[in-house]
Amino acid sequence: MTRLQRRKLVNLFGFGASALATALGLAVLAALLWTLIARGVPSISPALFTQNTPAPGSPGGLANAIFGSVLMTLLGIAAGAPIGLMAGTYLSEYGRGTKLAALIRFINDVLLSAPSIIIGLFVYTVVVMRAGHFSALAGAMSLAIIAIPVVVRTSEDMLQLVPNALREASAALGAAPWRTIVSTIYPAARSGLLTGLLLSIARISGETAPLLFTALNNQFWSTKLNAPMANLPSVIFQFAMSPYRDWQALAWSGALLITSFVLVLSIGARMLSAMSRGRSQGRA
Amino acid sequence: MEYAFRGVSALCAVLVLVLLGGIIVSLAHDSWPALRTFGWSFLTAQRWNPVTEKFGALAALYGTLVTSVIAMLIAVPISFGIAVFLTETCPTWLRAPISTAIELLASIPSIVFGLWGLFVLAPILQSTIQPWLIEHLGKIPGAGFLFQGPPFGIGLLTAGLVLAVMVLPFITAVMREVFSITPTPLKEAAYGMGATQWEVVRGVVVPWSRPGIIGGLMLGLGRALGETMAVTFVVGNAHRITGSLLAPGTTISASIANEFTEAVGDLYTSALIALGLVLFLITFTVIASARLLLMRLESGAGARE
Repeated sequence: MTRLQRRKLVNLFGFGASALATALGLAVLAALLWTLIARGVPSISPALFTQNTPAPGSPGGLANAIFGSVLMTLLGIAAGAPIGLMAGTYLSEYGRGTKLAALIRFINDVLLSAPSIIIGLFVYTVVVMRAGHFSALAGAMSLAIIAIPVVVRTSEDMLQLVPNALREASAALGAAPWRTIVSTIYPAARSGLLTGLLLSIARISGETAPLLFTALNNQFWSTKLNAPMANLPSVIFQFAMSPYRDWQALAWSGALLITSFVLVLSIGARMLSAMSRGRSQGRA
Repeated sequence: MEYAFRGVSALCAVLVLVLLGGIIVSLAHDSWPALRTFGWSFLTAQRWNPVTEKFGALAALYGTLVTSVIAMLIAVPISFGIAVFLTETCPTWLRAPISTAIELLASIPSIVFGLWGLFVLAPILQSTIQPWLIEHLGKIPGAGFLFQGPPFGIGLLTAGLVLAVMVLPFITAVMREVFSITPTPLKEAAYGMGATQWEVVRGVVVPWSRPGIIGGLMLGLGRALGETMAVTFVVGNAHRITGSLLAPGTTISASIANEFTEAVGDLYTSALIALGLVLFLITFTVIASARLLLMRLESGAGARE
């Protein structure tokens, strides 16, 4: 074999292997989704949304867990998003170029990848231990703490994309910086900010670890914020680890629900950002 | 109004720092009873006995490291392959759908991976791959102990596999990013000298993006170390160190998730929080160094242009 032939063979082999790796990655995703559909769909029924989590052996649904998950996710986002947006605003606008902003950006990036179970422990020691009982509020708080770094990161990135000419034009009209931010920069970055919001909802709606020791779980319908509340991830965990077939089936349906929700949000966020990018390119 | 807006925004930004400080202080404070009782032996002892209230983190620490190393050994070559495929060979029209699909893998909640690992992956491993490993690799002198014992299905190896799938999209994303910013003139120069496409990847793209690759690896490692729910499902939750990778073990995060709500007694709870503190310090170090590397790369790339 000549040297050139060998080099071409290595080339072919290298790229063949990389194509194979890609196929493997896609195959895992496909297998995962297929399992979810195959095992989750059979027990999807109206009862899933209208009945509460059952005792083993009796029929039931996930209504209380769905309600709890939606409520805590909404509360978490309602608390986390404004804080994240304001912090992102500081990093992008007021603190631009300062050492403090650089430090905060760095710490925020670290928190972004910090294990979520640590956040759960933190809220447990600060809230649950002091209050003496588990509560939905503590669960929402841990979700908010997980959402904040996501929102900070995306909103800073999106605000920085706004051209400086807009800031200068607004300032030239005599607008104070806060007026510029609220009336000019936020609207200009609107779809980007919305993308960040969707991504952070997607991120926290599947979180399990921090809820285990904050919101705990509840077998019954509960709307009390200062009491343990059912939530989909905890129910999936409990039911999947149980030996009962009907509980396991419910766990799969729950997993299918959460995954479809998260995937729809992620794809929606992606389309939104692609759309806004296309529009801004069209303008330029 | 200006002062109020500015003040609130600065306050929220500083809150991020307060959060980090609060996490460290509160974990340190509540793990103090356990750390005071056991001292350094908390890190070096393997025992974990809630009945006699003797706790040591070594088994959990071992499981955390072993599962993460397995995950990295599997995920890194695959991520590298995907990143190379996407930046070099993939037809343009396929690029967006494939990278979207890989990134979607990252958004699937970890509990779903756990469910899948326990009910789908573990039985397959138990009936096919693990018996093969025991049969063929278990007899190798020196390294055979890694593959001995009965095929449980669940265990350190299974946890490592599930973790590999979970960190794969993160490593791929970083690698793809750094590969794609390799300056085109460098690559064209190599092509001009007659290099094959693969030689360009090996000789130009990889060396140029080495700091970025390492940063991406460490980011993935940080994820793997702290991942909780998926591991809790498949690791087996046994507080002991056996040589075999097929045996059930535990990780720091899985121990906390499994035992925390059932922990009775202040010392038990405190020991679990101390586990959390150890985990946080490890992941903090890994993630912080990864971010520093990537940050330096970003500013370096800017300067070189």
